[in-house]
Amino acid sequence: MSHRVRVNPIACEAHGMCAELLPERITLDEWGYPLIDGAPLEGEQVEHAVRAARACPTFALLVERERSARRRR
Amino acid sequence: MSDVPSTITEPLDAPPAHGDVPALPRLLAGVRRDGEPVSLDQHLALHGPPPAIRGERRSGRERAAALIDEIQLSGLLGRGGGAFPTATKMRAVADARGRAIVVANGAEGEPASTKDRTLLELLPQLVLDGTILAAEAVGADEAIVCVCESAGAGVQSVERAIEERAGERSPPRSPKLQLRTVPSHYVAGQESALVNYLGGGPARPTFTPPMPFQQGLRRRPTLINNIETLAHIALIARHGARWFRQLGTPTQPGSALVTLSGPVNHPGVYEIQHGASLASVINAAGGPTTGVRAALTGGYAGAWIAGQSLRGLALSNEHLAAHGASLGAGVVLLLSEDACPVAETARVARWLAGQSARQCGPCTHGLDALASTVEQIAAGNGHAHAAQRIDRLASLTARRGACAHPDGAVNVILSALEVFAREFADHARHGPCDACRRPPDLPLPHRPVQREQALDGAPPRR
Repeated sequence: MSHRVRVNPIACEAHGMCAELLPERITLDEWGYPLIDGAPLEGEQVEHAVRAARACPTFALLVERERSARRRR
Repeated sequence: MSDVPSTITEPLDAPPAHGDVPALPRLLAGVRRDGEPVSLDQHLALHGPPPAIRGERRSGRERAAALIDEIQLSGLLGRGGGAFPTATKMRAVADARGRAIVVANGAEGEPASTKDRTLLELLPQLVLDGTILAAEAVGADEAIVCVCESAGAGVQSVERAIEERAGERSPPRSPKLQLRTVPSHYVAGQESALVNYLGGGPARPTFTPPMPFQQGLRRRPTLINNIETLAHIALIARHGARWFRQLGTPTQPGSALVTLSGPVNHPGVYEIQHGASLASVINAAGGPTTGVRAALTGGYAGAWIAGQSLRGLALSNEHLAAHGASLGAGVVLLLSEDACPVAETARVARWLAGQSARQCGPCTHGLDALASTVEQIAAGNGHAHAAQRIDRLASLTARRGACAHPDGAVNVILSALEVFAREFADHARHGPCDACRRPPDLPLPHRPVQREQALDGAPPRR
């Protein structure tokens, strides 16, 4: 089971907390919006990602569990 | 009423080379020359009753499954621009938990397209027919026909067509039909925006998933199909998949409505078979009125094709893909040799930035910055690295919004820069050309984006 981060671009207001708390996966663009490396999180990064998601003032950062292949379409 | 002429002209009557294949028109069969809509009686006389009311012995459920199977065999792809397999979408809605709703999407926010309003205006019963069949197939008890508020005659025509059906004795458990007008701005017809609007919110995209087919209007599984797609369903239900595939290409079967605009004698809506040559459509439109510099296919999210590539160009996604283009919602816009592609692109880029719902930061800021950079180049004020700046902005803007609007806008801007590279370089060096002063050729209608919440509405879904 792997985890990835994703952003809700409508909710995001460029506070930038996520890039502070998960710099391994998130940098900011020239307007302050997160550029996300969507590769699976490794080891402790999951914990940091969850912390970043909780710290986001607009709850725009999502830590998603990889959907299993059995998912019905 | 419309932004480009919607005169319906003679359908393309080009029988394919092989065998005794029924020629066109299909959808446009029976269109009245006086511009009045085809009535329910006329529609039934022309096409016969839909199979569902023919009193077959099979149960309703079996008939529904059989129709989706037939649509799958037909290879019908969605005609709203995405070319998504219609049967796949229908099956997802039919299989989802809860009573389904059907939304017939006639929002048509694309400025260079009038095929949907033309279809609604002239053949409303064909659209309603397909809508009802689709609703029965996915088990929906309700269908909402969405028409762009700027399509005056189309709105009236659908209104009257629904009334006409209300007077008829309809079979038991046939879905309830309802008309809704929707705002005209570019992203209003995007699926989640439509669901949001119909649910009482503003006509702006929402964050997905859940996708509308899982959880759409009133949290029910919602089938959203373009109205041309539904019209094809009405014919596939009657004539079958084999008949449908007798026209078109193996990967893009059937006929399609195309809005042809630009320097031709009779711009308007034509029914073609996929794979028809661009030359044959221009020919059907009475030929060009001046030299044609380039063609924009797929609308303002599409791509430009110029020069020699226009010769022998076939209108199918397979052929157009070689030029990084697609047919989209059937848009073919020709640019006259007298027009300035740089000035046109600068105006389109600014218009597209203005059509952003301004919900997502990268789209809001990225499209604004892209439009400014293109404007600077057009004015000859661009800095030395303007081209690199555009590449950088494009990568910061595309695929970072909740909907595909920024992706399409980036696509059309990058395509113009590539296809008109020489013209852009000239402008960067020497400033505006003589043709820059001409009035715009490409339609840029005033369509304010609804940004505030609807007064009587529930809060927007997020």
